[in-house]
Amino acid sequence: MKVLKNIFGSILILFFLINNSWSKSATEFISSLSSEASNILSSKLSEDEKIIRLKEIGEKSVDIDGVGLYTLGKYRKALNDSQKEQYKELFRNYFLKSFSGRLVGYTDAKIAVLSEEIKNEKYTIVYSKLIGTSDRPEVKIDWRVYTKDPENLLIRDLVIEGLSLARTQKEEFNSIIANNDGNIEALFENLNKFLEN
Amino acid sequence: MNRIIVTLFTIFIIQLLVVKKTYGNEGEVRDCFENLNRATFALNMSLDKVIFKPISKGYRKLPSSIRTGTGNALNNLSNLITIPNNLLQGDFGSAANNSARLIINTTLGIAGIFDPANSFGFEKRDKEDFGQTLGVMGVGEGCYLVLPVLGPTTVRDTVGSFIAMNGGDVWHNITVRDDEEYVKEFKESDYWASRVTSGVDFRAKNLEAFNAIEKNSVDLYATVRSLYLQDRKKKINNSSDKTEAMEDGDWDTLENQ
Repeated sequence: MKVLKNIFGSILILFFLINNSWSKSATEFISSLSSEASNILSSKLSEDEKIIRLKEIGEKSVDIDGVGLYTLGKYRKALNDSQKEQYKELFRNYFLKSFSGRLVGYTDAKIAVLSEEIKNEKYTIVYSKLIGTSDRPEVKIDWRVYTKDPENLLIRDLVIEGLSLARTQKEEFNSIIANNDGNIEALFENLNKFLEN
Repeated sequence: MNRIIVTLFTIFIIQLLVVKKTYGNEGEVRDCFENLNRATFALNMSLDKVIFKPISKGYRKLPSSIRTGTGNALNNLSNLITIPNNLLQGDFGSAANNSARLIINTTLGIAGIFDPANSFGFEKRDKEDFGQTLGVMGVGEGCYLVLPVLGPTTVRDTVGSFIAMNGGDVWHNITVRDDEEYVKEFKESDYWASRVTSGVDFRAKNLEAFNAIEKNSVDLYATVRSLYLQDRKKKINNSSDKTEAMEDGDWDTLENQ
């Protein structure tokens, strides 16, 4: 009986340890990432230099391929291998340009990480807020962190005041494809146009 | 005029029911009048560029104390529509909290410019409207619409606005409908001034966010539609802590491919 108790106790301790180290890393991941981005944004670097640095952050911390496939929604299955490769390349460039373009306007972005919620072994949601200023209200930001590989955590979605950026992107892309009779090439054309500007 | 309103209202109700039956998939966007909506959206964007954006930029140059006071006063006024909807949704706690806020802030807070209610423990809660109440009651959102100047809405939210403008909104009643039984001081222009100021205040608070969306969208119309519909869904579910988006099953589908 005592042995059973010890085994049970050890499992419980192990569970808490694993859980704890797991949760910590998701929070730490977002904390260090947001402070890195905040330092770049508030620095005296030129806008072009800031964009380069922000793209580096996006490249290493976001599951760009995963987000790209998600945003295709129901059209994902219709892609052949060559289109899939072409799309991955296009989406990567589109995402990094759009991601850095959206952020670079914020020069005083300070993010406070509040808490987190482990959804399952694949996802942890980190809750945070963008501190308000006299010009801008406080904004709640939730990060969907993909934790399947604990050594390589990746962001899959940002939910700003309850609005999912990945879902918005998915509906935007799906609208373009649907308005062109399901032709995926129309989306490629639009992405190319965006990248040329 | 009344006959037109009643006819439109009836058409919208029928349309709400028909759309709910026709579209089985809850995840699909119901943009039944997309061509017309896109044209109205283009018109609104032009109006925004020429009128609302410049005004909002000017508003942002006012001292922050004035902007905060204006925002507070508008929030206080919105309680007049939030409280009946709290009651209709059975949220009596919020109704009591918002009523206390309205009384304290209108009196001690000088017409709502200041927010002393907060320091008395009556914290600000989410706004509610008739569109949200219909949603809570299980009415489907119906088709997505873009109205000139007023912007994105759904059939359900438009019906909600009709309810507000036909007796549901106390502020509208005492200003536009000349309901002088209790209050005589306000004019119709006060109502429209409050609506315009509210729009400018919202636009000014989101200048950077709108700029970023505008610059980085490949289909701005679809982006705004998605954001509006997600926002309404969140408000109806009162899911301010844990968002619906976090439960998107499509992520799991992705895992299995």
